[in-house]
Amino acid sequence: MCVPLVYLVLRAFEADPETLVQVVFRLRNLYLLGNTLALTFSVIVATTLIALPLAWLVVRSDLKYKTLLAFLGVMPLAVPGYVMAYALIGLSGFSGFANTIFGVRLPRPEGLWGATLALSLYTFPYLFLNLRSALMGLDPGLEESARSLGRTRLNSFFTVTLPHLWPALAAGWLVIGLYVLGDFGVIALMRYEVFSYAIYTQYAAAFDRIYTAWLALMLVGVTVSFIVIESWIARRRRYARVGTGVARQAAPVSLGAWRPLAWLFLTLVYGASLGLPAMILAFWLNIAPIAFDYATLWQVFLRSALAAAPAAILAAALALPIVYLTVRYPSRLAWVMDRLVYLGYAIPPLAFALAMVFLALNVMPWAYQTLGLLIVAYTLGFLALTVGPIRSALLQMGTRTEEAARSVGYNRVQAFFAVSLPGLRRPIIAGALLVFIMVVKELPITFLLAPTGYTTLATRVFAHTSEGMLYEAAPYAALIVIFSSLFVGLIMRYEGKR
Amino acid sequence: MNKILLASVATLSLMAPITAVSAQELTVYSGRGEALVGSIITQFERDTGVTVNVRYGGTSELATLLLEEGDQTPADLFWAQDGGALGALAPVFAELPAEINEGVAAPFRNPANKWAPTSGRSRVLVYSTERVSDDEFPASVFDLTDEQYRGRVAWAPTNGSFQAFVTAFRVVEGDEAAKAWLEGMIANDAQVYPNNNSQIVAVADGEVDFGLINNYYLANHLRNNANLPVSQTHFEAGDIGNMLNVAGAGVVAASDNQELALQFIEYLLSVPAQQYITTQGNEYPVIPGVIENPTLEPYAKLLEISPAVDIDEISDLEGTLALLREVGLI
Repeated sequence: MCVPLVYLVLRAFEADPETLVQVVFRLRNLYLLGNTLALTFSVIVATTLIALPLAWLVVRSDLKYKTLLAFLGVMPLAVPGYVMAYALIGLSGFSGFANTIFGVRLPRPEGLWGATLALSLYTFPYLFLNLRSALMGLDPGLEESARSLGRTRLNSFFTVTLPHLWPALAAGWLVIGLYVLGDFGVIALMRYEVFSYAIYTQYAAAFDRIYTAWLALMLVGVTVSFIVIESWIARRRRYARVGTGVARQAAPVSLGAWRPLAWLFLTLVYGASLGLPAMILAFWLNIAPIAFDYATLWQVFLRSALAAAPAAILAAALALPIVYLTVRYPSRLAWVMDRLVYLGYAIPPLAFALAMVFLALNVMPWAYQTLGLLIVAYTLGFLALTVGPIRSALLQMGTRTEEAARSVGYNRVQAFFAVSLPGLRRPIIAGALLVFIMVVKELPITFLLAPTGYTTLATRVFAHTSEGMLYEAAPYAALIVIFSSLFVGLIMRYEGKR
Repeated sequence: MNKILLASVATLSLMAPITAVSAQELTVYSGRGEALVGSIITQFERDTGVTVNVRYGGTSELATLLLEEGDQTPADLFWAQDGGALGALAPVFAELPAEINEGVAAPFRNPANKWAPTSGRSRVLVYSTERVSDDEFPASVFDLTDEQYRGRVAWAPTNGSFQAFVTAFRVVEGDEAAKAWLEGMIANDAQVYPNNNSQIVAVADGEVDFGLINNYYLANHLRNNANLPVSQTHFEAGDIGNMLNVAGAGVVAASDNQELALQFIEYLLSVPAQQYITTQGNEYPVIPGVIENPTLEPYAKLLEISPAVDIDEISDLEGTLALLREVGLI
């Protein structure tokens, strides 16, 4: 994980001071940085307002079809960012679908609020998945005690439940925050200028790796502060239950008169995050007839799956020991290791991919542009996504069951596999799902590190959009969503069964 | 030794096309999208028996990759989406034999023979057919800073094709004039968009009335929606607003497969390949003898109204970026 950092520093030292001042140390970068922070903050607020009620409804309420609702809550993540942006833009304008189909023209979403809306509508599932697994692992006894002591339901949620969700909230915020820092596509379509503008232009227009390294390092500086803040939020608290025996399943809370409001909320959230993109894709499909190359389609499916599934599994497998060490045997070293995981995710993808190229060519040229290296790069790049859910579950679990196992003669390793691992099944799956969906959409790492000729669903979309064929890309963008949802659906079914 | 081996295998494969395993392989980094150029490459494979391994990606991503790989690159040939990338990559390209560029129309030719153009494109003014009246057309791109165009013009400062245009502007009119024009446009409230397509959509949607884009995007929109109230035109003859640019390919100097790469470039410059790019890609051919695309300005007129700019001179992107930074556009 240090490789990208070392690479960036190496490149940065090749700089010429005069150009450095011109490119890196100028006032405009501060202005862009200010915009970036404003955007990050508002996306975090918006996603929390969506994900927190959603997670509670899906876990704790007496709504029907909760598994389906949870599934729908993950799916927006599979929507490619540019589709979401165009879906929102399509609400306005003459040739937008809203005007073409319904004859309505809304104001064009743009600037800070447009970018916030578009980003929030497909990044909230990060937070939702984290919160869902935290809520599921929470002992309902805590809340019940609070209520038996006279607190109202709402009051006990804010004073008892919410503080227990801190690790999940913090992990979700961090991942969303880092995503917002790195995104370029959506922000450009929404015409809001942020720091990634500066990075993108430097790579795209000047094919420059030196000053971009400086800019990327500046971005890393911001992310490091995010990463440190996150670890403060969740530190020095006890999240494990202290009761003996096995925690009950929480009894579903009857929504009563609030039920219509809950459905209205769900309709709004899903309508905006899934309905709108579905509509714009259908609209594009209608404009340009589907011209699939059916013969190669299965191959593209297979390649996407062959790259994404091992990366997802590997990421979960790697996150497990790292999280376990930091939670159970905290030390400065473990803390640093744990925080380093986020670097791979925070470094701009193109810089990250170039660092991998640099490493492979200099250390193991035989592995260069092989599927194995591609999977490793995905794994390191997206490892951070799996850490959050696993950590909050491990914190909740406490050490008591492991201690019990060891008291009947299991050693540490046996105790972990026999007692802790089964309890971590849900968060592990949640983390792996996040990685899987992100890898299916990923582009820069795929461009640089995939075996030559290895086309995935995402590169198929790009094959059209790069030649200006927006409508012709729609079938493949739709396939990304369908393909991801098939996988997610399959896995969530399995998760629900046990 | 390698070449002799390759040559003998090539001869063998010609003599026994059914049994021969194609031992000849060419690795291409393509910044051009598979949707357009995939068929040309397949056809080349069929015609020659060569296996072409293509890495598709964004031109800028692949260009930085090629520079990062240096001598260790597996690429034999680089196919770029725009002339600026070709200029930037010239140091890692091998010099081409002069014959390659001989058949190419003069405005597209690279005098240094470091790369060959594979298609031409021209800057155009896209406009709304609903809101722009006949007497409102600007004669020159300079006119767009006039009060009557306030807030009505779209541009894409982060887009490669726009930056190539600004570079040409600097070469022909000088840095001072370029800066004055950019500042005039900003003062005239020119609207910023990320790329060419979004400008067309913005004109259709009524957000702006004009846009500065490349010639080959609109045809695609019109094919899907013939009623789109958008059309495109050029400025008066010789205006820098009509600047010509190219997509092109170069042979990687570190490749030990340069002859095959040359053969591929020759193929791209053949009439069938050029015809395909003209008809399917709505771009201009770089050689004579190709049937024209009816949706575009006629070829002869294009050559007549284009300003004279040496494409190699527009490789000073650094200067352009510095200028765009200075005026606060990027």
